[in-house]
Amino acid sequence: MLAEFFFLLRKAGLKVSITEYLTLLEALRARLASLSVDEFYFLSRATLIKDEALFDRFDQVFGEHFRGIEQLFDAVSGAVPEDWLQRQAELLLSEEERARIESLGGFDALMEALRERLREQDGQHHGGNKWIGTGGTSPFGNSGYHPEGVRMGGRGRNRRAVKVWEKREFRNLDDSLELGTRNIKLALRRLRRFAREGAADQLDLPGTIDSTARNGGMLDIRMVPERHNAVKVLLFLDVGGSMDDHVRVCEELFSAARSEFKHLEYYYFHNFLYESVWKDNRRRHAERIPTTEVLKRYGADYRVIIVGDATMSPYEITYPGGSVEHWNDEPGHVWLRRLLSAYPHAVWLNPEPQRRWAYTPSAQITRELMHERMYPLTLAGLDEAIRGLRRPVPVTAVTPETVD
Amino acid sequence: MTTTRFEGTDRYVATEDLMMAVNAAITLGRPVLIKGEPGTGKTQLAEEIAAALQRPLLEWHIKSTTKAQQGLYEYDAVARLRDSQLGDDRVKDIANYIRKGRLWEAFESEVQPVLLIDEIDKADIEFPNDLLRELDRMEFHVYETGETIAARHRPIIVITSNNEKELPDAFLRRCFFHYISFPDKQTMQDIVEVHFPGLKQTLLREALNAFYDVRDVPGLKKKPSTSELLDWIKLLLAEDIPPEALRAEDRRAAIPPLHGALLKNEQDVHLFEQLVFMHRRGNR
Repeated sequence: MLAEFFFLLRKAGLKVSITEYLTLLEALRARLASLSVDEFYFLSRATLIKDEALFDRFDQVFGEHFRGIEQLFDAVSGAVPEDWLQRQAELLLSEEERARIESLGGFDALMEALRERLREQDGQHHGGNKWIGTGGTSPFGNSGYHPEGVRMGGRGRNRRAVKVWEKREFRNLDDSLELGTRNIKLALRRLRRFAREGAADQLDLPGTIDSTARNGGMLDIRMVPERHNAVKVLLFLDVGGSMDDHVRVCEELFSAARSEFKHLEYYYFHNFLYESVWKDNRRRHAERIPTTEVLKRYGADYRVIIVGDATMSPYEITYPGGSVEHWNDEPGHVWLRRLLSAYPHAVWLNPEPQRRWAYTPSAQITRELMHERMYPLTLAGLDEAIRGLRRPVPVTAVTPETVD
Repeated sequence: MTTTRFEGTDRYVATEDLMMAVNAAITLGRPVLIKGEPGTGKTQLAEEIAAALQRPLLEWHIKSTTKAQQGLYEYDAVARLRDSQLGDDRVKDIANYIRKGRLWEAFESEVQPVLLIDEIDKADIEFPNDLLRELDRMEFHVYETGETIAARHRPIIVITSNNEKELPDAFLRRCFFHYISFPDKQTMQDIVEVHFPGLKQTLLREALNAFYDVRDVPGLKKKPSTSELLDWIKLLLAEDIPPEALRAEDRRAAIPPLHGALLKNEQDVHLFEQLVFMHRRGNR
């Protein structure tokens, strides 16, 4: 049973190793978890999964694998222990609810009905309004909506009415991707800019030899601060619409950039840069951040990388109100120019194949606005882009006539 | 060795999954890696384990310049060179210049100690890999003197990480892992109760509501955490702020008193004030 679970996890793309599996068995033999499935869940999660972003996937596999077994158990045991049900009822029901059950013929009647149905039922059942199973409006089973329902299975102790893994509270953390990001990381590494900052704690060998010699042979230790990667990156990602085809490669880039740069800030936009951007795609309409705020917040030493396919109607760039999503007072190109004048080190990465750019007017316009700094989102393109980031774009003032 | 279980202390509220991870680590003698938002009590966990099990606590705080070797020992060649120039007698014995690191101290300890390796992600990317063998076998070799240091008792090792860098797989395989998620209101109430016993229920409720509201503000650079909430409540108590002051008709229309304890940089304060201002204007 456990080996099967182990392979299910691996099949779900969780890189669980044999060492970890053996550790889990060792822990089980040490009786760290013996009585409850909750304990087993916590133990196996702590042993097998080492990244909170993968918790959600683990929860799903765990639920999948162990739900079947629980239901088997439910179906087989026709007789439910009286005191167990009693305890469930005491723990789960409020005074008021119990009063309501009395009104339905009392607790005993409810239990009798339950036993009756357990006898009648054969096989698993989901939904519906009579059988015991999951969902549905029968008073028995779980995840249902019947107010007087009795929850079956699991320990319904202190506000744990839903099984922990079924809450899937780590869903939000599953935003990272570590597949094939290694070469992207290596490419990004070229952007490193080393600087000696902070406390002097490294021996400066040439300096020491030099000053010792000057000191007549008496030792004179010279120290220098260690070199750090001081590069700061501001990432703008186009999401939605035509970008859906490129989700995978963008995720890989994002994941690689996140682990490579200590100072990385990222914002999302749709199609083109306008007066506001957002950080959270699920709440993009509620929580927008003014672009001016972003421009003010980060210093000119940030390197800007924009990722987008630049495929849209040219009006979306050149005219006020051109945006497909909202009314924009100022055309997109003004905002892009503003961004470039605030951050001269900027590039645009385009996931569309380079040969198609020529047939897309909006890509051409964007490329001109970026001073030809548009690169394909391939490893070679990334290399070029990193080289492009080293030199600033010529500063062009945002002239008043482009603003009005 | 007596069986030991950690079940939280009267100053620390441990959730069930946290206890499981810690107890598994204690029983099997493997490190436990703790991740989570800043201010959710990662570092404090080691202190509380040490206090609860009455073990000595050794702390090793990692900085970006920390090398794995420093946890084992350091050979102070520079001091020896200087001494040799001054003709000091100590110079003849190399052991005089070996400085013990935290791991060495932990291995030597008479009773099983708790070793905290704090913020391991601050160090270089290779740092965890350099400690693999030491954490696995709980022994290391001192080349300068030719001795091998083995642990008398496998220390209880608590490692914390702020997720600034990804840790190597080989290292992760050897650890138990726990992610301290941000506490929900109920757990938070327990935590506050532990720190301020007998706090007025109304004040607590209003403070928690205001706190979670501030946390929900979009785009904050640093969301206030548990430790900031505790500081804030301490201030509220010191200033004797009545619960009513925290409860505006519409809470978004007012800035909570002493918000400086919750928001730690001027951009966040500015953003927050702007939102409140926009909301007021919207109401008019």
